[in-house]
Amino acid sequence: MLTSRIIPCLDVSHGRVVKGVRFQGLRDAGDPAERSALYQDEGADEIVILDVSATPEGRGHQHETVAACRERLMIPLTVGGGVREAADAEALLEAGADKVSVNTAAVADPALLTAIATRFGSQCCVLAIDAARRDGRYEVLIKGGREGTGRDAVLWAKEAQERGAGEILLTSWDKDGTRSGYDLELTRAVADAVHLPVIASGGADTAAHILEAFAAGADAVLAASIFHDGDTTPNDVKLYLQEHGLRVRP
Amino acid sequence: MAEVLIVPTGTANVASVKAAFGRLGADTRLSLDPSEIEGASHVMLPGVGAFAAARGQLVQGGADAALERRIAADRPTVCICVGHQLLFETSDESPGVRGLGVVPGHVGRFPDGVRVPQFGWNEVRAPEGSMLLEDGYAYFANSYRATAAPGFEVATAEHGGSFVAAMARGNLLACQFHPELSGFYGEAILSRFLELA
Repeated sequence: MLTSRIIPCLDVSHGRVVKGVRFQGLRDAGDPAERSALYQDEGADEIVILDVSATPEGRGHQHETVAACRERLMIPLTVGGGVREAADAEALLEAGADKVSVNTAAVADPALLTAIATRFGSQCCVLAIDAARRDGRYEVLIKGGREGTGRDAVLWAKEAQERGAGEILLTSWDKDGTRSGYDLELTRAVADAVHLPVIASGGADTAAHILEAFAAGADAVLAASIFHDGDTTPNDVKLYLQEHGLRVRP
Repeated sequence: MAEVLIVPTGTANVASVKAAFGRLGADTRLSLDPSEIEGASHVMLPGVGAFAAARGQLVQGGADAALERRIAADRPTVCICVGHQLLFETSDESPGVRGLGVVPGHVGRFPDGVRVPQFGWNEVRAPEGSMLLEDGYAYFANSYRATAAPGFEVATAEHGGSFVAAMARGNLLACQFHPELSGFYGEAILSRFLELA
């Protein structure tokens, strides 16, 4: 049986790890390769790197970061940020990513998912959804949460599944950076709607929050601040989950 | 130290495979050339993309026949994920496309009711006394799997029923999981592969 995955996320800007509240107010939190190797030693099941500064000009920087992380990582590495076309995904895979996460560009052109899945396989193709609560539904946001789309997050997840995405990275805009727990309704709504694995993201403060997210149907959880701030480690979280009856990789 | 010839069937994941062998001190080289594939001391067929696409890459230039010859001669060969699946005869993923047929049998899609793709770490149970396979947790990323591999030592895992997680016969090793992404567990398997001669 599959184990419950704990995935530390590194928000990277210009080659440095940063973390802010609601994608704003970024603080420096170290070197990406050092950080990801530390998390690997501490029991991380995968690493996600989201380049929050990715622009066409900053691309070289991004590839250097990915290559440096790859050299040390014996676990899967997902990279997102600024992927606009299949060629961007290819460059990240060549640099050492195992999976590529797409967000804004896939909303603008959903065929991008199919293009990536066809060329590199669905196992490479992660759709990141930033969702915000709107009158009992969830709206997809793009451009780092700065722009609404009017698109329903649950329907978008289903469409992405049909188009070839292999995994959904689901971030609650309302919860991200607040450390008040994951958006469990959002997690459940998307996990129930697709057969793809769903990674819950946004709002973790305690191991209990992470346990709740798995109970709501998440296959994996993403967390940043709780690991960056040294409050806990992936292994500590896994021990807690194990005590509560979940299967984890020892 | 051994040099590993990687048979590139696509883009994805080659960097991870190279990095994994690099950590073990082995050099790597990419080639689709049949004589190089047949003659190399160690060959890896990595797993990327779809069954038919990977098969198509191998047909070009005769890499598939070279692989079959080195496997028949029991030269050290490791096949990963789709590479592992290509050893079978057929797959639900690409109906009508023939695999290498080294293993009799079919690769089917996971049943409804479980997450597909299977993404993540699953517990692998190996037969006792195996030289190459052992118990542990390995990283999987697949929508299709075989449920039997006649004539092979088989390690299994559970996802909607038991499936072939890895199999070995002589100097042929095939893993449905990704040893290059499976931490120290995967590293130990690749290390044992490098010791084959």
